Amino acid sequence: MKSVAEPASKATQERAESFTTISGRRIERVYLPASVADLDYSRDIADPGEFPYTRGIHPTGYRGKLWTMRQFAGFGTPEETNERYKTLLSAGGTGLSVAFDLPTLMGRDPDHELSLGEVGKCGVNVTSLADMETLFEGIALGDITTSMTINSPAAMIFAMYLVVAEKQGASLKTLSGTIQNDILKEFIAQKEYIFPPRPSMRLITDVFAFCSKDVPKWNTISVSGYHIREAGATALQELAFTLRDGLEYVQWGVDAGLDVDDFVPRLSFFFNAHSDFFEEIAKYRAARQLWAHAMRERFGAKSDRSWKLRFHTQTAGVSLTAQQPYNNVVRTALQALSAVLGGTNSLHTNSLDEALALPTAEAATLALRTQQIIAHESGVTNTVDPLGGSYFVERLTKDMEDGALAYFDQIDKMGGMVEAIERGFPQKEIAESSYRFQQAVERKDKLIVGVNVHIQENEPPLEILYIDESASEKQLAKLERLKQTRNAGAVERALDALRTAARSERDNLMPPILDAVRAYATIGEMCDALRDVWGEYEEVPII
Amino acid sequence: MRKLRVVIAKPGLDGHDRGAKVIARALRDAGMEVIYTGLRQTPEQIVSAALQEDADVIGLSILSGAHNHIAPKLMELLKEKGLDDVLVVIGGIIPDVDIPKLKDIGVRGVFLPGTPMQDIIEFINTNARAHSAR
Repeated sequence: MKSVAEPASKATQERAESFTTISGRRIERVYLPASVADLDYSRDIADPGEFPYTRGIHPTGYRGKLWTMRQFAGFGTPEETNERYKTLLSAGGTGLSVAFDLPTLMGRDPDHELSLGEVGKCGVNVTSLADMETLFEGIALGDITTSMTINSPAAMIFAMYLVVAEKQGASLKTLSGTIQNDILKEFIAQKEYIFPPRPSMRLITDVFAFCSKDVPKWNTISVSGYHIREAGATALQELAFTLRDGLEYVQWGVDAGLDVDDFVPRLSFFFNAHSDFFEEIAKYRAARQLWAHAMRERFGAKSDRSWKLRFHTQTAGVSLTAQQPYNNVVRTALQALSAVLGGTNSLHTNSLDEALALPTAEAATLALRTQQIIAHESGVTNTVDPLGGSYFVERLTKDMEDGALAYFDQIDKMGGMVEAIERGFPQKEIAESSYRFQQAVERKDKLIVGVNVHIQENEPPLEILYIDESASEKQLAKLERLKQTRNAGAVERALDALRTAARSERDNLMPPILDAVRAYATIGEMCDALRDVWGEYEEVPII
Repeated sequence: MRKLRVVIAKPGLDGHDRGAKVIARALRDAGMEVIYTGLRQTPEQIVSAALQEDADVIGLSILSGAHNHIAPKLMELLKEKGLDDVLVVIGGIIPDVDIPKLKDIGVRGVFLPGTPMQDIIEFINTNARAHSAR
C-alpha cells in the first residue's frame, strides 16, 4: 500500500503541512480499508439498536421517530417566558426547555446583594412556587415534556415543578422531562456551584432515589459535556470528562444502595455540536459505545435500557460570532446536521444573534426552522446512521473511544472524578486547550470567517432583544407580596425540617424540600438553609 | 519602568470564566503582571484588590448583562478611593447601545466577542501607565 504519510511531491502538493480538526487532532489525507483493519463490525460497530450501539440505540433511527426539537428559552419574568413558550409550542416545538436566570441558578432571591442587575437577564427568574405556577400557566404538564437547566438548586426547582403538575392534576407516575442536575460539570466548567462537592452529590443521589419510586419516567440528570466544551475543552476532553462524570454518578448511586438498573435508565447526556463536522459525529458514536461497555462491564448492568446512552445536543454557542451574525445561521445548520448524523435524541439550535444577546422571537423561530428543514427536506433521516462504515468516521470513532479510555484511566488513578476536580485536573486541561485554541486563532492557524478572515467593516447593526430592569422590579414586588401573604410560621417550620434532614446522613432530602416548596419558601431561603449546614464551595482559580 | 499590573475580575453571579482566563494568560504572556480575582467579586472586592495589588489596569469580564449595574458602582468606588487613574476596560457581551454609557462613566475600552487578543494588549500598552507605588 502506498503510504498516506508520504511527503508531498509536486504533483500532490497540499495547502498546508498538516491538517487538524478544531480540537487539534491530526487528520490523514485519505482513509482506506487498512485504516479500519483493527475493527470488527459486530464487535465494534454493530447494527443500529444492537450493543454497543455505535450506530444508534434504535433499530429504526429517525424512520421511527424524529428527534425532539427542544428550544432552550427563558428571560425576564415568568409571565414573559410563559408567552414565549406558547409561541414555541404553536410553532411546532415538541418540548420545552427552561433557561433560568443567574439568581435562580445560584439559589439567591432577587433582593440579595449579588442579584443586583442579574434578575431575568440570562433566563427567567423563579423565586418560589408562585413563579413556577405562572411559568406554566395554560400549559398542561401532563401532555408535554420539559427540560430544566438547573443544577445546584435542581432539587428545589424540580420540587416546584412537581407541585405545579400535581395542582394541574397530572400523574407523577407518567410525568416526563429532564432536570440537568449535573453538579460535576459546574465544578469543572460552568462554575455555578453552591455547596461543596460531596453534599452536592448527595442531593443528586437523593433525587435518583426519590424518582425511581415516585416519578419513574423523569430523567433525573443530564450529564453535560456542553459546558465543558464551551469552556474550551477539545472534543475528546468533552467526551472523556462527561462520560467519566456519568460513571461517577452511577458509582455514587450504587454506593447509596441503589440498583444500577433501577436508576441508570433515567440518566441522559447532553453534548455540544461544535463546528468540526466529522469529529463531532465520531464523538457521539463513541459516546454510545463507551457507555454501553462501561454499564455492562464496569457496573454489571443487566438491562439494555441501562446500556443505551440517550442524549440531547445543543449547537456550539461559543462558535457564534458577533461579526456578520447571519453567518451564524450557516454554522448552526452544519452543527445541527452533525448532531443528527450522530444520532441525537433531541436538539437545540442556537439563534443567529446569541453572540450579542438572548435571541429575539424571530431569531429563535429561524433556529427551530433550521431543524425542521434538516428533518423534512435534507433526506438524511431516511436511513439509519448513513455514515456508518465510512473509513474516516469509523477510524475517528475508535480513536475517540481509545482517547477517552486513556482519560478514564488517569481519573480512576486519582480516585475518581470528585478527587480529580478537587485537584483541579479537568479544570487545568480545559484552560490549556482553550488558550491553545485562542493562540491558533491569533496566528490564523484556525480561521473564523468574519473574525480573522473575510472581515467586513461597517456592518449594519442587528436588532437585538434588550432586557431592561423591569423584570427585576416586578420580581422584587412579587417577592415582597409573597412574604406578606404566605404563612410565615409554616415556612420557618419547613426550613427547620430541611436543615435537620441535611444534618442527618440518611434522610432523603426530597420530601422536606417538597414541603418547603408547598409552604412557598423561596429558592434563596431553601438554599440558605442548606448553606447553614453544608457551607459554600470556593474554588482556587486556575489560569 | 516596572511591569504593568493588571487585575482581571469576574463580577456578578456568572461563572463563565473562559474569556477572563484566556485574556489573563495572554496579558501575562505579553509581559504584564496579572492578578486574577476569581469568580463572583463585588465591586467593593475588586476595588480593594486593585488597591492592594497596586493595579494600573482593571479588566472586567461580564457576559450576563449586569454591566449597567456593576460598572457605575465600580467607577464610583474607584473615585472614592482616589484610584481614578486606573485604566478600566470591559470584555464580554455588551449591547451596542450600552457602550456610550459605559464610556461616559469612564470605562475606557469595551471589547466585544471576537476581538483579537493583540488589539487588547496594544490598547492597554497605549493607554495604561505604570505608576510608582502609591
